[in-house]
Amino acid sequence: MSLTRTAEPATPPPGPPPAVPATPGPRRRSPRSWARGGGPACLVFLLPLFLVFGVFSWWPIVRAVVMSFQRTNLVSAPTFVGLDNFAYVLSDPLLGTAVTNTLYFAVLSLVFGYPIPLLAAVLMSEVRRARGLFSVLAYLPVVVPPVVSVLLWQFFYDGGSTGVFNTVLGWFGFGPVGWLQDPVMAMPSLVLVATWSAAGGTVIIYLAALTSVNPDLYDAAEMDGASIWRKVWHVTLPQLRGILLITFILQIIGTAQVFLEPFLLTGGGPANSTTTVLLLIYDYAFATSLGGDYGAATALSLMLAVFLAVLSAVYFRLTRSWSSS
Amino acid sequence: MISAPRNRALRNPSPRSRLLPATTLALALVATACGSDSDTAGEDGTVRLVVSIDAGLEQGAVDAFNERVAQFEAANDDVTVEVQEYTWTATTFTAQLAGGTLPDVFTVPFTDGRGLIERRQVSDISGQVAELPYGDSFNPTVVSAGTDDDGNVWAVPIAAYGQALHYNRTLFEEAGLDPDTPPTTWEEVREAADTISEETGQAGYTMMTSGNTGGWILTSMNYAFGGRTEVLDGDDATATIDTPEMAEALELVRTMRWEDDSMGANFLYEWESINQDFSSGRIGMYVSGGGNYGNLVTQNAIDPDDYGVAALPLADHPDAGVLGGGDLAVVRADAEPEVVDAGVRWIDFYYLAKLTDEEASVLDARTLAEAGQPVGSPQLAVFDQETHEAKLGWQEEYVNVPLEQMTPYTDAMFEQPLVNEPTRSTQEVYALLDPVVQAVLTDRDADVAALLAEAEAAAQAQIDRE
Repeated sequence: MSLTRTAEPATPPPGPPPAVPATPGPRRRSPRSWARGGGPACLVFLLPLFLVFGVFSWWPIVRAVVMSFQRTNLVSAPTFVGLDNFAYVLSDPLLGTAVTNTLYFAVLSLVFGYPIPLLAAVLMSEVRRARGLFSVLAYLPVVVPPVVSVLLWQFFYDGGSTGVFNTVLGWFGFGPVGWLQDPVMAMPSLVLVATWSAAGGTVIIYLAALTSVNPDLYDAAEMDGASIWRKVWHVTLPQLRGILLITFILQIIGTAQVFLEPFLLTGGGPANSTTTVLLLIYDYAFATSLGGDYGAATALSLMLAVFLAVLSAVYFRLTRSWSSS
Repeated sequence: MISAPRNRALRNPSPRSRLLPATTLALALVATACGSDSDTAGEDGTVRLVVSIDAGLEQGAVDAFNERVAQFEAANDDVTVEVQEYTWTATTFTAQLAGGTLPDVFTVPFTDGRGLIERRQVSDISGQVAELPYGDSFNPTVVSAGTDDDGNVWAVPIAAYGQALHYNRTLFEEAGLDPDTPPTTWEEVREAADTISEETGQAGYTMMTSGNTGGWILTSMNYAFGGRTEVLDGDDATATIDTPEMAEALELVRTMRWEDDSMGANFLYEWESINQDFSSGRIGMYVSGGGNYGNLVTQNAIDPDDYGVAALPLADHPDAGVLGGGDLAVVRADAEPEVVDAGVRWIDFYYLAKLTDEEASVLDARTLAEAGQPVGSPQLAVFDQETHEAKLGWQEEYVNVPLEQMTPYTDAMFEQPLVNEPTRSTQEVYALLDPVVQAVLTDRDADVAALLAEAEAAAQAQIDRE
């Protein structure tokens, strides 16, 4: 197998940059010229956008911030309680469990879920025939509705000796394993489901990014006698570093907000071993039938959002030199 | 090839010509967004009433319900009924309540009645209920779940149950057990579970553990061993979870799980999933409401020959009792007065008249029986015992459930002491107990004492936060 490309045209040789005409400085437009230039029409065209984002994104965010300082059941009049909701959440012994579980999920997802799509994309980019078929196969799990895939995995993970995985293990004299019924196995089982269902989308992103890698670099490396591994390490990964940095932070943010798999497969059990931060937020709001603790739910949501925002800012600050070079 | 524009306006439209369609579009969007469907008028100026039907029913049950709706509309020509699927679950109800997506008339368990009333999250229907011919004849124990502090009925009790031991007669026979003499003590439950598991490979005894149902069933077992999860002193409540009775109940579970290995391999059951597995012959015994047979038929298509139900075993303890519960019918808090009136008429027609009026009772039973739906599942008395027995007599010829297979329960159900569910932070405490049950079922070395101590502290904190 060779890591060479021939489909893409060679990039033009380096030379002096084309002359750029000097642009005049910003010129203030009068209201009249702004109106004549179609300014009001722009505003009207923007109105639906503002409405949609305002109603479905910005207003709920503002409401959530306000609710985090309130005691409310969304029916009776709310009362302001200051920082009580934050104090309650921070003193909840389940918060530590949820944070630990979420970190565990994130680490497992990064260890297994992050390199697998990259590896798959690199291998698939080298396939000369039926590349589309492999792309479809990789992307198929993303197309399967999440609830359908969860039902499918429940079938696979049946803890009895007749479950699909346990049947296979039984052929070799192992098991049965309580995949979702065992506090030790439950979280890795969820990571497998999450990786399976999300890897396809990341593979497509990597495949698209790989097409932008200059094939001359592979040719040069090959002429220098580089092995496949060295070509991947010294050409592919550096060329993809921008997209890798983005997918890395997206993966962290995604895993910090993991909800679907524990919610549908385990409900946070057994014995809170898969209770994640987002599931805890959901439980605050909805696990009890009488009004829920929306104040605690929004308080924890706010804390999570601030944490992720700070983490993202620090991450991009630390990695700025890598992605811009 | 793209053809050239024919006139100047298309090439370079003026601000005004761009403004007009954009304004139209924006106004249309705003008008659409501001549209309202909150009107309560139905066809021909009648009152539009949205009533609830259980989700996921067999077609026969849906047909029977629609027939009852048609009968109601014929008797109340000023009301147009719309039907909405609705099933109360702890995790979806609060979202529906907050989102205003509940039907006009819906049902809730006893545990939610007082809280909904205190928070004014349902309509005050006490005036209309008092005018019903049986408005002051409710069983006092039962109706207390739906009254305010002054004794006014805001939520109408429509069904009451006590917990019972449901068992699969076919699995009993396959295991060499006599299905006509089910266990009457917890020790016998353990022995039968062990035998079923050994002989059939299915779970001998199992229990719900998720979605607050683990706490519900553990509390039921706790009651059966003589314990309580709260002690009330006026308005003050003290959580009493770390008790010898609760520890005894969990010790039984631990023994069946880890020593006998008779509880199967699924330890994340909820109400729907355990009913499903029981109906498909994968579970020998489990605890649930005594009137559960109707659900097993209409939602899980159980083979009637498989079904058996026995009284919940009670320990030899002076306070041992059966956890009782039930359902309340209520009307949305934001319903218009005419909708509230129509709603109470529906509650009377659909839920209550069949319990008190011979003609209505016969009509209900005949409609259900003709649609192949179960008639005669055991229930406790919503009114007095005499009224209850009269209703059984009226419906006798239409009874199609295997009553003989239910005699181990029906022979004892009225004699067992019935104890109401906890009253303070009930669902929250149930939710706290879910992981306790799960821990005992999934961790061989679970420290029961530590689990109970933690749960009690958390429950007290929750009660104090009310």
